[in-house]
This record gives sequence, C-alpha cells and structure tokens, in this order.
Amino acid sequence: MSPASVRQNYLNIKFGAASWLLTKDHKRIAILYLISITLFFFLGGFFAVLIRLELVTPPGDLVQAETYNKLFTMHGVIMIFFFLIPSVPAVLGNFLIPMMIGARDLAFPKLNLLSWYIFTIGGLFTLTAVVNGGVDTGWTFYTPYSSTYANSHVILTAVGIFITGFSSILTGLNFIVTVHQMRAPGLTWTRLPLFVWANYATSLIMVLGTPVIAITVVLVGVERLFKVGIFDPALGGDPLLFQHLFWFYSHPAVYIMILPSMGVISEVVTCFARKRIFGYSFVAAASLAIAVIGFLVWGHHMFVSGQSPYAGMVFSFLSFLVAIPSAVKVFNWTATLYRGYVSYDAPMLYAFGFIGLFTMGGLTGLFLASLAVDVHVHDTYFVIAHFHYIMVGGAVMGYLGGIHFWWPKMTGRLYPEGWARFAALVVFIGFNLTFFPQFILGYMGMPRRYHAYPEEFQVLNVMSSAGASILAVGYLIPMIYLVWSLRYGRIADSNPWHATGLEWQTPSPPPTDNFEDTPVVSEEAYAYPSRDREVHVV
Amino acid sequence: MWTGFPLFPEQASTIARGVDALYYFLTIVSGFFSILIFLFILYFAVRYRRRPTNLGPVQVEGHLGIELVWSVIPLALTLVMFGWGAALFIRNSRPPQNAQDVYVVGQQWMWKIQHQEGRREINELHVPVGQPVKLTMASQDVIHSFFIPAFRVKQDVVPGRYTTMWFEATKAGEYHLFCAEYCGTQHSGMIGRVVVMEPDDFQRWLGGSAAPTGGVEPPAPSEPGGTTSLPAAPAPSAAATPAAPAVSVSSPKQPASPSAPTPKLDVNAINTINAVSAGQQLFAQRGCAGCHTPGAPYPQLAGKFGTMVPLEGGGSALFNEDYIRESLIAPNAKISAGARPIMPTYVGRMTEEEILQIILYIRSLKPPEGQGL
Amino acid sequence: MSERAAALAHQFDDLGQQHQAASLGMWVFLATEIMFFGGLFAGYAVYRSAYSRAFAESSHHLDIILGGVNTAVLLCSSLTMALAVRSAQLNRRRAIVLFLIATMVLGAVFLGVKFVEYRHKYEERLIPGPGFHLEAPQAQHAQLFFSFYFVMTGMHALHMVIGVPMLGVMGWLAFRGRFSRHYYSPVEMAGLYWHFVDIVWVFLFPMLYLIDRAG
Repeated sequence: MSPASVRQNYLNIKFGAASWLLTKDHKRIAILYLISITLFFFLGGFFAVLIRLELVTPPGDLVQAETYNKLFTMHGVIMIFFFLIPSVPAVLGNFLIPMMIGARDLAFPKLNLLSWYIFTIGGLFTLTAVVNGGVDTGWTFYTPYSSTYANSHVILTAVGIFITGFSSILTGLNFIVTVHQMRAPGLTWTRLPLFVWANYATSLIMVLGTPVIAITVVLVGVERLFKVGIFDPALGGDPLLFQHLFWFYSHPAVYIMILPSMGVISEVVTCFARKRIFGYSFVAAASLAIAVIGFLVWGHHMFVSGQSPYAGMVFSFLSFLVAIPSAVKVFNWTATLYRGYVSYDAPMLYAFGFIGLFTMGGLTGLFLASLAVDVHVHDTYFVIAHFHYIMVGGAVMGYLGGIHFWWPKMTGRLYPEGWARFAALVVFIGFNLTFFPQFILGYMGMPRRYHAYPEEFQVLNVMSSAGASILAVGYLIPMIYLVWSLRYGRIADSNPWHATGLEWQTPSPPPTDNFEDTPVVSEEAYAYPSRDREVHVV
Repeated sequence: MWTGFPLFPEQASTIARGVDALYYFLTIVSGFFSILIFLFILYFAVRYRRRPTNLGPVQVEGHLGIELVWSVIPLALTLVMFGWGAALFIRNSRPPQNAQDVYVVGQQWMWKIQHQEGRREINELHVPVGQPVKLTMASQDVIHSFFIPAFRVKQDVVPGRYTTMWFEATKAGEYHLFCAEYCGTQHSGMIGRVVVMEPDDFQRWLGGSAAPTGGVEPPAPSEPGGTTSLPAAPAPSAAATPAAPAVSVSSPKQPASPSAPTPKLDVNAINTINAVSAGQQLFAQRGCAGCHTPGAPYPQLAGKFGTMVPLEGGGSALFNEDYIRESLIAPNAKISAGARPIMPTYVGRMTEEEILQIILYIRSLKPPEGQGL
Repeated sequence: MSERAAALAHQFDDLGQQHQAASLGMWVFLATEIMFFGGLFAGYAVYRSAYSRAFAESSHHLDIILGGVNTAVLLCSSLTMALAVRSAQLNRRRAIVLFLIATMVLGAVFLGVKFVEYRHKYEERLIPGPGFHLEAPQAQHAQLFFSFYFVMTGMHALHMVIGVPMLGVMGWLAFRGRFSRHYYSPVEMAGLYWHFVDIVWVFLFPMLYLIDRAG
C-alpha cells in the first residue's frame, strides 16, 4: 500500500496560492473557510476576554463605557455572523456532504468558491469597521439608536453583514440542490446520514431567512444615510417594525447555528457506540420541524417591547412547541447508547458534553418562553447564559467534536488522543464555571450590556471571569495540537474509526474527485452489525 | 442586602411571589430532566463501554411507543408551563381600576418621573405600600426599559408611543431600578432606586414636607433642544413647606418664569411643580387655547378624558393619553367627528414631558356646568 | 457529440441531471428573492395601513402614464424572453439572439423611463432626505411613502441592471452557437429570472401607483 504522503489527494494534487484561491474543489473551499472562521473565532474570543476582564470589578474601570459597548457588539457580530453561522455548514458541510452522498462535488462548485469570497469580503468590511473604531449598537442594532443616534460605524458593519449574508444564502442553495439532485444510486432520502438531513434543514432556513436580514440592514442604512423615518418615530417610523423584521431572521438564525452541530452529534454518537441511531425517522423529522416552527416564534424576543399581549401569547405557545423536537433528539441520542459498544474518544466526549449542555440550555429556553418569567429575566444575564449554553456548550462543542471526528479524513493525520480528551474536559469545566453563575446573576436582576454593575453582583461575576480564563485555555490547546498533528500526527487510514458512511470509504485525505467509481448504496444509514450476527467487533 | 449567597432578589410586589413560584417549578422540571439525561448518559456510557465482557452492540432501531411517550409528556409539561406563564402575564398586563397614575419619561441617560399630585423625581420613584401604581411611559429618544427586579416587572419605554406597566409594592424599602434596553454610552448608568414607603410617609413625601430624599445628582445630559418652562406653584396639598429658594413661586395664571435648578441643591427636593398648571401654561403658550376654548366651533376637550369619541369617517377612539399624544404628533390621523383636518402638528416642537403635562391638564378639565359632554 | 460533452460539468453524471440541478437552483434563488422583496412588502404594508391617507395622496404624485407604459414594456419583454427560450427549444439560433436583443432593448426602455420618473421626482423635491419638501399636513408620512417607493423600485431596477447584461451574455453565447435543443438551460434560467423580475413589477405597480385612483 503506497504511503498516504505519496498517494495523490486533494491536498497535494497541486500546490501554490492560485490553486487554492481559484479552486473549485469543495474540500479545499472547506479548508479556506476553516482558516477564515478560526481567525474570526479568536478575534471574537479576544473581545470576550476583555469583556470578562472588565466585569471582574463593579465599576467600569478597565475600558471606557463607549469602548465596552463596542466590545460586546463586535463580540456578538463576529461570533454570530462570522463564526457560528458558517462553522459547521461551511467547513464540515462543504467538506463532507458531497462525500456522504457519493458525489464528486457540490452541484455548483464555482458558486461555492464565490460564497467563500463573499464571506471574506463581508468580513473585511466588518474588520474595517472594527479597526476604525467599531460599532456600539449591540449586535441587535435596535432602532432608533442604530439608525439615528449611534455615532459609530453602523453602515460599514451593516454592509459587511449584508454581503456575508449572501455567502450563507448561496451555501444553502448549493446544499439543497446537491442533496436533491446528486445522491448516489440507492441513496434514498431515508438512507441519508442525519448530518445531511440536519444541513438540509439548515439550508432551508438559510435561504428563506437570510434575505430578510439583508433587506433590514439595507433599510437601516438608508435611514442613516438619508435621515428618513423608516424606523425612527421622530420621523414617522415604527421602531417595533425593525424588531419584527430583525427577529424574523435572527431567531431562525439560531437554528442555523445549532442544527448542523446536532447533525455532527448524530454521526459521532452512532460511530462511537457502534449503534444505529435510535428513531432515525424521528430525528430526521425533528430537524425539519425545528426549521419550520423556528420561523414562527420570533416574537418571543419582544414580549416586553410594546407588542400586544395576545401576540405574546401566540409566540409563547409556539416557542414551547419548538422545544419538543429538540427534546426528542436528545432522548434519541441518549437511547442510542443503550446496549451499545461505547468508547470515549475525544469526539464522543464532545458529544456527551453537547447533549448535557444543550439540554440545560434548551430547558432554560423554557423559562424565556414563559411570558411571566421572561418579563423578569428579559435583557438580563439569564438570557446571555441561556444562549451561550446552546451556542458554546452546544454548537461550538459539536463543531469541535466534528473537527476531531473528521480530522483524519480531512488531513490524513490523527490528532493526539490524550491531549484531545484533556482539552475536552477543560472546555467542559471552564464553560460551566463561566456561564452557570450567569443564570443566577440574571434572575438577581443584572441587566445585559452593563459596563458597570452594583456591588452585590461581583462574586458571581468573578466566578464567571475565572471560568472564562479556563475556557480560553481549553480552546487554545486544540489549536496547538491540531496544527502539530499536520506534521507529526500519526498517519490515518481511510477509516480509523471503523465508521459507516460513504466518506469513510475513500482514502484519507480523499482524492479530488472523492471516489474512483460512484458508490452504490444498499444499506440504511449507520448499518453497524448487531453482535448476534457478527463474530468480531473491532 | 447581603444575606448569605443571594439567589433571588427580594420579593417586594404582589406578583413577585407568583413569578417566583413559576420559576421554582421551571427550575425543578429543568433540574429533573437535566439530571435525568446526565445520569442516563453516564449510566449507559459506563455500562456499555468497550471492554472484553462487552460482546458488541445490540441494534435497537427504535420504538414508536417510547417516542410517543417522550414527546407527549414533555408536550404536556410545556403546555402547563405555557398556561401558567400566560395566565400570570395576562393578569399582570391589566392594571386594577384603582391604580394611581405616575408618568415616566426616559431619556439618555436618566429617568424623569412625574407624580400626578405634583412631585417630580429624577432616577427615583417613590411609591406607597399596598397601592397599585400604573406607570405611563414615553421615551424622549431611543428605546429604554424600566426594570425593577424586586417587583419582577419590566416594560420597554419606546419613543413615539406610550407603554404602560403596573405593580403593587408590598414591602417598604429601597430597590434597584435599571434601564434594561441598551440605549447608548451610559446605559449602565441609567439606574436609580425605587423607594417604597408606608402610606402615611408617602403622603407626607408627596406633599413635599418630607426631608430631601437624597436623590443622586443626575449626570449632566444634553437636554435635546426643548426648553421646558416649569413654573413652580404651591403644592396642591395643605403642607406649607415652601419650594426651595431658587425657584420663584407664581400663581398659575401668570406667564411662567423659566427656572434653572442650581447645581448644589437636591434636584428632587425642589422639583415640586404642579404638572397640571404647567400643562395649562403650555396649553396657553403653544396656541392650543386659540382654538380649543369653550363655545368655539372646534373639538371640546373638557370632561372627555376616558370617554369614547366618535371619529370622522366612522369608528371611535378612546380619549386617553395615547389619543392626546397622537393628536399632538399626527393631528389628522384620527379626527373627531365634525372637525376639519386643520390642526397643526407639534412633532419635534414639544418634549415628551411637555406632552405629559398637557395631558394631565386636559385630563383635569371638567365639563362646564349644565352642559353635556 | 463533443458539443454536448463540452457542456457537461464534471460534477454531474449527465446533462439531464445538470439541467435539473440548474432549474432547482434557480427556483431556490427566486425563493430567496421573494423573501428579500417580501421584507420590503411587509414594511410597506404596515405603513400603508397606518398612514393610508398620506400614502394615497403621495401615490397620486406618481405618474401612472409612465408607470403604465413601463408595465406594458416589461410584460412585452417577458413575451420576447419566452419566445427566446422557445427559439432555443426549436434550435433557431438567429431567433434566440433577436429575441434576447428585443428583451434587452425593452429592459433598457424600462430603465430609461424609470430614470425619467426619478428625475421628475428630483425636480419636484420628492426624494427623501434633507431635500424633501411637500406641502401637506402629513409630510413625514409622505416621505415614508417615497422612501419605500425609491427603495422598492430601486431594488427592482437594480435587478434589471443586473439582468440586462446577463441577457447580453446569453445573447453572445447564443450567437456563438452554444445552445441547441439539447442544451439551452442557461437561457431557460435567465428566462426564469427575467419573469420573476417582471412579476415583482406587476405587484409594485398597483401597490405604489394605483392607490385610490378609482373615480
């Protein structure tokens, strides 16, 4: 068997910047995205570090108020639009979906490359805003503050988000067409890996929701430039119209951020328990249900906005409904472990962390869906804790788990397992220390976006900041060993985990066209053998 | 208020207990399911781990019954949570009939509070125990939010319209007041306190005879344009305490002399103005009295507050704070029956405080003797 | 035929799959466009119902002759576009080119008329912003109407500005003989896009120009 380093694969088929910057190979594009979003992650993380440092003491003494307001705004904008939304779809989805369905590439490879360029250009606009003084409206850009009163780089940031939104739309479009049109023979919808289902559902949200935020930031920009009263009541506009338009996208956006990670979990849990997923059709249907119902609940961000109480009731009811499919998924993943053959490799540890922390985060969503409690905790640290449990405890851990799981496939190398397990543990501990105290802070009444706070909140804030320092270490460790493994990691074969799935049927790293011959599928997904039918299990 | 390790704010309003009860329920259910999942994962992961005695996985594809059970039970629980929360919420959205009105204007970055009986406060709200209080709130600039954690109440204060909330305090003391909607640079400085007093103390305070309540010197904001002329008039209730020396006392009928509070004095102590007479001044100065006088062929205002008025083109509207404000900002949106669309707009020419004072004045007008509405 | 093989992109197995993918892709894209304009329509609907009188009066400042002409022009251009696609199906190379050129010309006429209308508005000082001036009791709400008018028709015009050169590219490819009855999906996709832009105008015209015009 020829050594991997000699065998031709998508990495060594051609060298040079042009071969990467003009590539049409979905795998190379995925790597381009990987580099971009990692840079953004550390920038957004840096802002978070400054925020947590400031919050160690009650008075606002580390940075000025205006700077602080820019820090949390930029942290939110960068983490949401330039890290979380692209993370799993643009990196793992791009790399894996064609392979998982037995295709040579996505339906529109050139469009895929264009998506990355659009993402980068949008990112550059936003970075320009950052280095020129930042924006201080909060990532939610509420009017009339953002459209009339703010003195910061609102338009520059809005343009960046507008442009990057198209990257999201085109990626979603590409995935939808690919999954519909390019499945290998025998690969029916009900045999698709759940990672594909999850990204398909996500793509539906991306294509239908993102245009609305695009037009909303256009209107904010128009209002700022021409001083017309689209959302400013002093000029005849309605600030609540902005909120409706904004949240119509931004709520489904959170499902864009979590569904793909859920897809990762389905792949990881089945592999490391060597079990078929419990309730395949329920998990697949749950992804679609979350996508659909997710479009109907945006008003739960507006219970105290001045919206009618009856509208509030409708949104509250639907928000409780959307929790059910998420709960069903958690139960199905847990049940998949039953009578399994469980190993504790790092991806599985991340999956365990995801299930637990997503459960906690999702349950705290019920507090927020509940009208009377939300009145109290809206715009407090309770909300911050809730969404970080889902986005960081959930989505980021799912992303990291996926990166580790498919690292051998993408790079042909294994990462050091001991360090990876250690880092997963550090992340889990650091995360809980950082964000659990914030639930308490929120119910105590500490509002969001506060640069200075009353003394009685200090102890919990110090705990949270201490946890953040541990979490930061937990994120740095993989950076180091993953890069190290590119040169010194053990060489991986095509299927180090002995997983099912078409992506494991080709060499690691794969050749440019993924498969020599188009595979033919004759089995359900996760067709792990049952012990009563097979002698040896690896 | 350091009592050990605090987990909750004090319960100082009639609804706080109800909200906390629902919160406990949610916490217990969440805790239960979280621990359940954690334990199951732990148990399965350990019991079925890879080891020589584990002969391999046994495939279990699914089970419809179980899927239904763990869909229906959570659904039932969430419906309970929904119903409970919605019931509390709807109850809390309707102020009782006997609620006392207090008016709030939020602006970057201070809260201005106007009691009907006269006293004005900045960043402080004095209320009595056991008396429902309804806040009618407007913003001068951006969206703010009036948040009193100890009462478990919060309501966004939105420019361009009034929002309302109500509460009934149950315990004397001082509680945090926060702005809870990001509003710019000093958002975290837009805080204050709610002072709940026993009813007698509150009446004395309202009359102006209480000692200065130690209101914090407000940060120097830039007042947007409007020069509010606020003549001081004797407080309506009997107490003889004069207003602070820097403000001249004049009878309501005379034109106002603009007064500027001197920086050293407690702003809250000197702001005892009669909002109604301030409104009357504005009504005269800004030209309202030119048309809206008794007997003139223009819509009459006396006695109308709180009634339904028929509109031109059909339908009717409730003559309340919203209606008056809208009539000032967009006069031709809802014209009363029989009137012509000739009233000028005051948009940009009147601060939210001035609008509130005019509302209070109009509200106080009684219909002339012998004439119907 | 090498002609056919040349047209097949490497990720597809056959032209049929490629065509279906292109078609689905274009429909998904049009769905995103519906959502994009949908946000504008929603905002417009909110203000139209809140300020109906001001909106009706402002609408009367729009020139329904020019608007009507534009509507007719666009509808004709959809006809020529459909005929271009039909010509491709019938392997008539010259016809494709001519019909595409006709569509482009009509599109350009539309844009020209739009430019004239915008200039009129500029002269009447009805462009929202510091220069806006209207003697009316509810000038603010009128300005809101015109803000939406310009953003909505502007967005629509932008789509045409992108569409016309795209048709030019199609026309050039047709001239070079790239299309045949076996392979014409780019023309078809361009047609879908063009029809969509037309339909948006069909909604915009009555919404903006024809408020309270009866009697």
